[in-house]
Amino acid sequence: MEDVLHAPHHEAHPSGLMRWVTTTNHKDIGTLYLWFSLAMFMFAGSLAMLIRAELFQPGLQVVNPAVFNQLTAMHGLIMIFGAIMPAFVGFANWQVPLMIGAPDMAFPRLNNWSFWLLPVAATLMLSSFFVPGGAMAAGWTMYPPLFMQGGISYDMTILAIHILGLSSIMGAINIIVTILNLRAPGMTLMKMPLFVWTWLITAYLLVAVMPVLASVITMLLTDRHFGTHFFDAGGGGDPVMFQHIFWFFGHPEVYIMILPAFGIISTIIPTFARKKLFGYTSMVWAVGSIALLSFIVWAHHMFTTGMPVTGQLFFMYSTMLIAIPTGVKVFNWVATLWRGSLTFETPMLFAIAVVCLFTIGGFSGVVLALVPVDIQLQDTYYVVAHFHYVLFSGAAMSIMGGIYYWLPKWTGHMYDETLGKWHFWLTAIAFNVTFFPMHFLGLAGMPRRIPDYALQFADFNLIASLGAFVLGVAQLLFMYTVIKCIRGGRTAGDKPWDGADTLEWTLPSPPPYHSFNTPPRVD
Amino acid sequence: MGYPSRWASYRGLALLAAATATPVVAEYGINLAPPATGIAQQIYDLHTLVLWICFGIFLVVFVPMFYAIWQHRKSRGYAAHPFHEHPLLEIAWTAAPAVILVAMAIPTTKVVLAMKDTGASDISIKVTGRQWKWEYEYLGQDLKFISNSATPQAQIDNQAAKGEHYLLEVDRPLVVPTGQKVRLVFTAEDVIHSWWVPALGVKQDAVPGFIRDAWFKVDKPGTYRGQCAELCGVGHAFMPIVVEAVPPAQYAAWIADQKTQLAAAQSSAQKEFALADLVAQGEKVYAANCAACHQANGAGIPGTFPALAGSPLVTGPPAAHLALVFNGKSGTAMQAFGKQLSDLEIAAVVTYERNSWSNKIGDAVQPSEVSALRSGK
Repeated sequence: MEDVLHAPHHEAHPSGLMRWVTTTNHKDIGTLYLWFSLAMFMFAGSLAMLIRAELFQPGLQVVNPAVFNQLTAMHGLIMIFGAIMPAFVGFANWQVPLMIGAPDMAFPRLNNWSFWLLPVAATLMLSSFFVPGGAMAAGWTMYPPLFMQGGISYDMTILAIHILGLSSIMGAINIIVTILNLRAPGMTLMKMPLFVWTWLITAYLLVAVMPVLASVITMLLTDRHFGTHFFDAGGGGDPVMFQHIFWFFGHPEVYIMILPAFGIISTIIPTFARKKLFGYTSMVWAVGSIALLSFIVWAHHMFTTGMPVTGQLFFMYSTMLIAIPTGVKVFNWVATLWRGSLTFETPMLFAIAVVCLFTIGGFSGVVLALVPVDIQLQDTYYVVAHFHYVLFSGAAMSIMGGIYYWLPKWTGHMYDETLGKWHFWLTAIAFNVTFFPMHFLGLAGMPRRIPDYALQFADFNLIASLGAFVLGVAQLLFMYTVIKCIRGGRTAGDKPWDGADTLEWTLPSPPPYHSFNTPPRVD
Repeated sequence: MGYPSRWASYRGLALLAAATATPVVAEYGINLAPPATGIAQQIYDLHTLVLWICFGIFLVVFVPMFYAIWQHRKSRGYAAHPFHEHPLLEIAWTAAPAVILVAMAIPTTKVVLAMKDTGASDISIKVTGRQWKWEYEYLGQDLKFISNSATPQAQIDNQAAKGEHYLLEVDRPLVVPTGQKVRLVFTAEDVIHSWWVPALGVKQDAVPGFIRDAWFKVDKPGTYRGQCAELCGVGHAFMPIVVEAVPPAQYAAWIADQKTQLAAAQSSAQKEFALADLVAQGEKVYAANCAACHQANGAGIPGTFPALAGSPLVTGPPAAHLALVFNGKSGTAMQAFGKQLSDLEIAAVVTYERNSWSNKIGDAVQPSEVSALRSGK
């Protein structure tokens, strides 16, 4: 038995193109996910650059309104489903088995499929730019009846999201089974690294809500082609019902994009504070509470649809409650920093920036939770500012921090600290220059998703666009720094960060192709 | 906590501001619009209150954090203290935010209840959202009109200097009396729109097939501007809202005047018009209703909106052309203009389309033909 399990092929390190196509190795698949995510991030980022170029000054100069709507819709969809989510799944693939001492994911072949569905979906979605009428232009939220007016690209988008959703569900099941079954002996649930905890809860969220998304876009598809009238008032349907079902998926979805980020931050901060994470138990409970609350707050995206006053009040109160566990997390991070022995390598800089900027995003979230204020701010640039503080400085910057943190482990080389710091400062400053003025734009009354605006919004838009261009260019530096690290650099050693204490640092850097063939013991 | 005007009209960042070559200096704000209604004022105050609370929490979080970052550094020889739990502290920072949230929820709930109280209104106006214009119907007054953007396409295309109210001006504003409770009833014809005038504190989605309502009461006469706030297609940015609040006597005079004009327009529609007159009037109707999709040059947007120049439908028999404009095409952005435009306007725009660009049909469609179509003859 021993011989069969540890047959020589386990030590072989396949190479060539087919290694990547047929791989069932969690590290290879993690790498594939991360490259895919980076490619989509750069593509969706270029769409954002076009948006900011058009909004650089009032009037129409770069694109026409039809193309502008395609840019905003596809920027959102691709960033969410192509960049942020696959990046976190990439981290899960690399890190979950390493952190729990497992040899691989529970279902390696399924894992291969989960990944390879992504390029298929991306091809479908990106090629929709070239069909008659151009890409889907109804916003990433795809509200009908506007969605019914589109051409074939709308159907292509639905199918692409189906495939992406399938990939997510398969990936989530794999992660759940891996975490629940393949932990090293002695690693009880309450001894798991917090990153593993956040992914366990995220995976449950995915399994719960991706089918909801799949259902609602299938209803859109049948409304478009098979004569159903789910969302057509003319046939007895209800356009607002779409929003309810969509946001029942959509609100947990925003936590799908932030909980793994919490996990990454909770890994990085203790390492560079050289202290254990403060309040581990309350952190786990906070993540769980946020996940549960996320299911009862969906209609706070719909305060202006005209729901009854009881509905408005219920969703306002439940939304405000989320501030409590989120606050606990932020306070615990600050307490972890308190009386630590801090150093500020690039991952730590990103982690601290995430805590600061995500907190600002949290504040604007509390502001938006209040129904009367939300009535003024719904669908304005204030909302754009809010969700970019949560999704760029919360999710994307924690992904960047995580990349710098684990690159030495993954590649065996240290990244260039000077370039890393340049990338950090450019990103952090440009991010704020881009998105902070959007709070003012929203308060002053600029609607979102408009290609042209009144003159009073000109100055802040100009500032935001300048910031966005710097932010975009800074990500080229990020790509360069990552590639440079992969190609060489100072040897990292097994444990380059002296404060790190999770299992992956007990392995060599880079870890062997097949790690933990013998489970480590955790006390 | 009233509205501090100097704060909102603050012009900062002078260097960058000077770099914008906008011909008109528009006052821009960094805060909510100056409130013109009691509700808007309450929202303004609520926002200010929450902002101060957030600022307080900001200090509680950031001061210790930056103190730790400054003081507890390894480079200063600081050794880590291995504490990682403190149940009392953790309970405290769970309970304290809960108390703050309750304190915020109580005043907020009062405002929500007030906003939702649409009863006992003095007048009701039905607002219908359409791609991309608003229709206002004064219920019980037999008065109905469409409000279109009045910003010339040349300004949008950067071929003319932009006016002061660029994208925030309409041909026919909604006129309301001051000091009266105005109830607005919302619906939409094609897709979801959202009627938003910040100074009035009203934003309400207009949903096809459903009726929603909201209310406001303005005390000071004035002009209040807003925009559609729900993505509604290519014309979304070009769907402004202008509300003019006037004293009740002036409002009554305005209603009477509108009715006279409406009657005059209806009687003139029975006349025969010369081709040139129809084309001239049709050009205006086209610019307001058709150009967003089919473009000013009639070329359309390939793949999305068909070209009219050289189109077989437009250059074919007039009856089919007229029928399409009148009835629209379901499932597309092409609306049934029979419900929105007068007989004269439809006749004019159809005539204009048949005699513009490369189309040189030379025939004139008369309002009487539209009237016949309307009455089903």
